[in-house]
Amino acid sequence: MTRVARRHVPILTTFTLLIATFLAGSAAYTNFASVGVVRNLLVDNAFLAVAAVGATFVILSGAIDLSVGSVMACTSIGVAALIEHHAVHPLAAITIALAAGGLFGLVQGLIIELLRLPPFLVTLAGMFFARGAAFLIHPQSIGIKHPFVADVLNDQLSLVLPLGDRGISVPITVDVAIFAIAVAAVVLRSTRFGRSVYAVGDDENSALLMGLNIRAARLGVFAISGFYSALAGVVFTLYQQSGDPAACKGFELDAIAAVVIGGTLLRGGVGSVLGTGLGVLLLGLIQTIITFQGNLSSWWTRIVIGLLVLAFVALQGQIAKQDR
Amino acid sequence: MSDSQSLLRIRSLSKRYGRLAALDAVDLDVARGSIHALMGENGAGKSTLIKCLTGAVRRDSGEFLLDGRVCNPASPRDAEGFGVSTVFQEINLIPHMSIAENITLGRESLRAGMIDRKAARRRATDAVARLGLSIDVSHEVGSCSIAVQQLVAIARALDVRAKLLILDEPTSSLDRAETSQLFDILLRLRADGLGIIYVTHFLDQVYAVSDQITVLRDGKHVTTRAASDFPRLELVAAMLGRTTGSTSPSKQPDASLAAVPGRAAASVTRPSPDTTPSIGAEQHQGELLRVRGVSHSGSIEHADLSVAPGEAVGLAGLLGSGRTEVAKIMFGVDRVETGSMSLCGTLYFPRSPRDAIARGVALTPESRKTEGVVPNLSVRDNIVLALQARRGVWRSLSLRRRQEIAAGLIASLGIKATSADVPIASLSGGNQQKALLARWIATGPRLLILDEPTRGIDVGAKQEIERLIASLIKQGMGVVLISSELPEVVRSCSRVFILRDRRTVSELAGESLTEERVMEAIATHG
Repeated sequence: MTRVARRHVPILTTFTLLIATFLAGSAAYTNFASVGVVRNLLVDNAFLAVAAVGATFVILSGAIDLSVGSVMACTSIGVAALIEHHAVHPLAAITIALAAGGLFGLVQGLIIELLRLPPFLVTLAGMFFARGAAFLIHPQSIGIKHPFVADVLNDQLSLVLPLGDRGISVPITVDVAIFAIAVAAVVLRSTRFGRSVYAVGDDENSALLMGLNIRAARLGVFAISGFYSALAGVVFTLYQQSGDPAACKGFELDAIAAVVIGGTLLRGGVGSVLGTGLGVLLLGLIQTIITFQGNLSSWWTRIVIGLLVLAFVALQGQIAKQDR
Repeated sequence: MSDSQSLLRIRSLSKRYGRLAALDAVDLDVARGSIHALMGENGAGKSTLIKCLTGAVRRDSGEFLLDGRVCNPASPRDAEGFGVSTVFQEINLIPHMSIAENITLGRESLRAGMIDRKAARRRATDAVARLGLSIDVSHEVGSCSIAVQQLVAIARALDVRAKLLILDEPTSSLDRAETSQLFDILLRLRADGLGIIYVTHFLDQVYAVSDQITVLRDGKHVTTRAASDFPRLELVAAMLGRTTGSTSPSKQPDASLAAVPGRAAASVTRPSPDTTPSIGAEQHQGELLRVRGVSHSGSIEHADLSVAPGEAVGLAGLLGSGRTEVAKIMFGVDRVETGSMSLCGTLYFPRSPRDAIARGVALTPESRKTEGVVPNLSVRDNIVLALQARRGVWRSLSLRRRQEIAAGLIASLGIKATSADVPIASLSGGNQQKALLARWIATGPRLLILDEPTRGIDVGAKQEIERLIASLIKQGMGVVLISSELPEVVRSCSRVFILRDRRTVSELAGESLTEERVMEAIATHG
């Protein structure tokens, strides 16, 4: 096998596992291989996908962002409070939330970059900060009853596919997630910024000496991660139809797990958002199977995910060893 | 501005690091369509000059004029904008990207804001073809040989329509054929009107390609002369700072071997009380280490070798011939798969470097930067590292003891450091190498394996290391010297084993041990 192909082993493994898991589920359970199951898989994991795409940028650059879950919660409660308590139009509230998320990420990036602090600790601080801010905005969850959200965003804008008896309705959150992955894929693959993210993650010193704008790359990934976290928070809010300051605790770790299972090297430089998308689907599929099994505690999902992450890290270690 | 040929003019460039003047009012002119060699010992200021030119380091004063235009780069990226491209000694490329991407990275052709991959491929293919190469630009750079990576780095440097190309030690990891290919390329680029600054330590190479030679010493410009009018002896003298010798070359018969006045000869004292298993060299008749038909799949097929106490033995061969691989087996990094080794008459199958160290074997690895020094530890801690490791965690050396050992070795090896407390990374390459040697000498080994101990260090430091080897074997230590500089091997060793294609093919000793015979052996056997 050539070296170029070896780099793609993790993502191919993910893809194979995804197909195999789906086939296994289909064989084991009736009604598993149905449009409905696939629809729910997409709907239930849309916000994880969005958050994981943001995390992919950061991890590709060789850094880490621990503030994802807290930013999602902060966005979620913020949007709900703006709509329900301050009579802000949902679209305006969402716009404000996305801008705030991007700004929050940018500030984290600036602190890391200008003060030369480790991303792990700065985003850990950011995690506490955003979580605290979420509870300050409102200490309990807020249900969203604004007609625009219920009727337009969650109903009229849903795509109804002519499948089954009554058709299958795919909510806008799924479109958002797919769009988010597509945009990220193009940015990473075909823009100078995207390539510099890979370069910085692969060999930062070389990237500097090759004259790349590594500062922009390192700052940019955090701004993007902040924006995507906020977007994930919005998707989560639409999905739940409520804002919750206690939501998504530790969700950044789910995102990181999806990124790793999707074949991105945790030390940066190698990976793709397409892989991350597959990783998210694989995680969701495992959850689905355990639900179908019925008699298993849902916590088994975590155990399987843990084993899967371990297996992928081992696989990456093996590939890295052969590379040398 | 009298000389219209002048591409780059450097005027009174100065840069200080703390109290140390790395560059002191240096002037330098590089003509268009010429290759200008920059030479000097470690600490002469070559790297600082290059770093200033490329904007990696801010200069304190002085000015650069490129094509008569003031050039004031703030970063490597900026420098490229001015037309100054650099290929650094440690090739700087992105390993997981393709050759094409590496050549165009950061300045890709865009179509509607998106990277045009076809154009990148085309440009890269052109850039590579300009160097007279035909390689598939879609290959991942990390999987290419060092030589190809070097050429990719040059192709990248040229892709910006550079006016001035700076090459820092470009041949240090190339073999003979690859070097001559590189030279062909440089001559071709010179014909295209490019100005080239070429930094190297290899005297032969300087004369093979350069038009002008500039010597720096201790941050000052010493001289600039046409290569054709600059005898080797005078060049070496200028580099070593033997001022009187530079005008009367006849006094020194062999420049590269000449002693260096003003430098204390390295008289090595081993701090033995702590490491009493003394060698007792003379009593131990016969062999210290014997390697018989050793192999390790993928690295070495058949190696034979023997060293006696108080003897230096050389391992010669081209890059990739298996020299380093044999060293790794002797030091327990790789296992012996077939064949056998014995140390002092008993079987020797080290399972790890730790094992090897316990049996009195030491190795200074080839890549000092990645396998040898611990950059942020002080010089002292780097020196006592192996000794401490050998004693184990529980029997730690007292600070006083560590200070004594380090101070003794720093003095006897002539390591130049402002104090034993400074991080080793702040030392020049030659001094780092000496500190690494000190690390192993401190453990009082029976057998010392030196893998390219003089790579990338200056002439003076090379001589000091040669003298050090001589004094170590006088004390009864066995030394295995791996070096691609044949004169060095021939001078230091009593016997030389020739490796070719991962096999020991020949042993030369006594009368037959000459550079020519070694080269013949490398070239003809097999």
